[in-house]
Amino acid sequence: MNGSLLTVDDLVVEYPGRGFRAPPFRAVEGVSFDIRPGETVGLVGESGSGKTTIGRAILGLAPVSAGTVTFRGEDISRPTPRRRRELTRDLQVVYQDPYSSLNPSLTIGDSLAEPLVVRRTPKQQARARVRELLDTVGLPTDAADRMPREFSGGQRQRVAIARALALDPTLIVCDEPVSALDLSTQALVLELFLEIQQRTGVAYLFISHDLAVVREMSHRVAVLHRGELVEWGPGDVVTSAPEHPYTQRLLLASPVPDPAAQEQRRADRLRLRELQAEQDLQAGTA
Amino acid sequence: MSSAHRLPASTPTRAPRAGLLRRLLAHPLGGVSLVLLAVIGAVAVAAPWVAPHDPTATDLRMIFAEPGGGYALGGDSAGRDVLSRLLVATACSIAGGLLVAGVAALVGVTAGLVAGFFGGWIDTLGAWFTALTMSLPSIIVLIAARSVMGPSMWWTMAIFGALVSPVYYRVVYNAVRGVRGELYIDAARTSGLSNTRIIGRHVLMAVRAPVVLLTAGVVAAGIGMQAGFDFLGLGDPTTPTWGQMLNEGFYNINRSRLLVLWPALALGLTTVFLTLLGTALRDELEGPSDARRRRNRAPWAPDGPLPAVIDHGNAPEGEPLLVVRDLAVAYPSENGFATVVRNGRLTVHRGETHGLVGESGSGKSQTAFSVLGLLPRGGTVVAGSIVFDGDELVGRTDEQMNRLRGSRIAYVPQEPMSNLDPSFTVGDQLTEPLVTVLGLSKAEAERRALDLLEQVGIPDPRRTYASYPHQLSGGMAQRVLIAGAVASRPDLLIADEPTTALDVTVQAEVLDLLRDLRDELGMAVLIVTHNFGVVADLCDRVSVMQEGVVVETGTTRDVFADPRHPYTRALFAAIPKGAPRAPLAGVTSAGALGTGRIA
Repeated sequence: MNGSLLTVDDLVVEYPGRGFRAPPFRAVEGVSFDIRPGETVGLVGESGSGKTTIGRAILGLAPVSAGTVTFRGEDISRPTPRRRRELTRDLQVVYQDPYSSLNPSLTIGDSLAEPLVVRRTPKQQARARVRELLDTVGLPTDAADRMPREFSGGQRQRVAIARALALDPTLIVCDEPVSALDLSTQALVLELFLEIQQRTGVAYLFISHDLAVVREMSHRVAVLHRGELVEWGPGDVVTSAPEHPYTQRLLLASPVPDPAAQEQRRADRLRLRELQAEQDLQAGTA
Repeated sequence: MSSAHRLPASTPTRAPRAGLLRRLLAHPLGGVSLVLLAVIGAVAVAAPWVAPHDPTATDLRMIFAEPGGGYALGGDSAGRDVLSRLLVATACSIAGGLLVAGVAALVGVTAGLVAGFFGGWIDTLGAWFTALTMSLPSIIVLIAARSVMGPSMWWTMAIFGALVSPVYYRVVYNAVRGVRGELYIDAARTSGLSNTRIIGRHVLMAVRAPVVLLTAGVVAAGIGMQAGFDFLGLGDPTTPTWGQMLNEGFYNINRSRLLVLWPALALGLTTVFLTLLGTALRDELEGPSDARRRRNRAPWAPDGPLPAVIDHGNAPEGEPLLVVRDLAVAYPSENGFATVVRNGRLTVHRGETHGLVGESGSGKSQTAFSVLGLLPRGGTVVAGSIVFDGDELVGRTDEQMNRLRGSRIAYVPQEPMSNLDPSFTVGDQLTEPLVTVLGLSKAEAERRALDLLEQVGIPDPRRTYASYPHQLSGGMAQRVLIAGAVASRPDLLIADEPTTALDVTVQAEVLDLLRDLRDELGMAVLIVTHNFGVVADLCDRVSVMQEGVVVETGTTRDVFADPRHPYTRALFAAIPKGAPRAPLAGVTSAGALGTGRIA
């Protein structure tokens, strides 16, 4: 698409069924959206909605059964292993679990230098780059010689962000990057994401189950339900005045940290539930 | 709140790269066995030069000679020097053991890595070969091999190595399956590493420890196997080995009792040292056992005065149901105690919902578990009091607490799935406590369980009653657990992050359920959570915990409207405000919907 960095068109991801001649399981069912340079696209949904699978399909970690993923005009749905490795320069990832995303037996510095060393960056240069990266994410430079276990969840997530930034990517897939973090740490890490985007112009695919977080981070938001895209549009519209019944339910189910406002929201939710049940009933009888 | 920038000043953990060797030497068993194995190794290498006599030279005068007098350990049936033979045989035995381990490791580790990492048909093939190899009787295979290859010690040991390679295969395979799902493997892939590099760097590192551990045992097994083979007379008669010497000593045990002693001693000691080394390796690679930590500990003492609690007041009238005062909970650690709760203070009134909020490590769950008397192993209430309905709970026996827990205090856990036994139906698990604790008959219990399931909003109680846990969704499983918890009409329900593992739409329903049940049964609910939205939705009163201390308490409205403690304020400031981001410049609203296709 014109002006788009990455376009996902009618994407289908299927996993082989369990057992002999079992039908395949469709995790993602014909999803289309696009990401522009420097933009954050939020992907919201509950467990089993396929949001993580979409991120993995873009990174080449999940099989694309049908549809295409286009990056800068090039179809990257089924690239050769060699091309896939080259693409990692542009496409990076930050995972949810800061505990399992760093190899516990490598120092922080070794983990960070890995993408550089693979590309035959001279040692001296790689070390300088690691220092620069640690500085970018607000960690002291002596962190390079330490082991992951010496760091808290928030600090590890900073390391994971630094690793994603090592090759100056144009798009980072952020898969629930703050879900495992405490509230105060979460705010700091979100701030870091925004700051990095302003400085480097990197685009994010921001995957989360938390509507409030997605709302704060995303220019445009896509809502997923059972592998299908149910709503897609500007962030403020989708997250404050959604049209699709599922998004409406999702919005009203997220509790707000204010007793009076939450009481109102709860009443709204119960009213909506009754209304939708009535509509379903009518649709059934009609 | 700059905690993310703060690094622990000094970590008492062992330096990461203080080599394994140095740690082993410091280990009491490891040091001794390592040194003695080194001596045995040195003997093996230096034997040809150190041996006082030619091990094959016979001297008719020295047949069955007593120790001393020319031959230090005496002579054997052919008049050869036992000491020299023993020394020279060392090299042969050690080399045999190493060859077995080398071949086994090479075959097993490689196959395990490949099969574990790639899976699919390679995996199937590997499993098939493993089963085949393990079902072969090794001694018969070795005898058959000997008749084909001739009496070569090297061939025999190499084949034996291949026969024990499944041991490595299994260990490596399982270790690889374990790390293959780790995100850092995916992260390495998105860093542009090829499969070979990922296996060589990340996966191999994870299997290093178990392989090293296993090798000590396999070398010992190899030495033992070789001795056994030679003892049966199947070895190479031209090179002296411990097994041959054992054989000879055994045949002539009536003529010279000591002949059998020397090779047995050499064989036994080498195997024992290898086994001890294995034990030491396990300690060092997999962390020391608990026993080594518990030594001379001073009794627990509070570290400094208790900080004050900001209380907003407005407490309801009447005698409170639960009062926790000055609670301290500590775990034994390497140097003294780790205190996880320093000042737990809670007052829960009848019929109210009390929220206990805080971040991870704030001690909120530990406080709740103290009330239940279910602290994880090692945890102790070291100070303070917990008064439930006028009775002190601190210092009660497990049995007394059990009676209380089954009836008056109930518990709903965070992970519904892991708290249901997968091998029993929901009905079995619900009726069992009704029969044992409340003393109902089987039929009554079933009727009651069905009522309960209906009460917690399960649409088809009979079907759920007959289901196994894996057939339920997370929200349903949590409903079942809540049904079980309220079965005895408790006065107090303690819920530890009851909705954290659930989707938001399910969370909203479970919160509704808890509210309805509280009103229906008039019970008090103590809900532990990190989510301020949940507190706002459900709780009448709230207590905020930070680093083991309750810092602020009051009605939910008061605390939310006017947070006074700096920590509470910081937490509120960290909540996403929900201000949406402006659309990207140059992207109009209409255009934004451009390529998206709504299903």
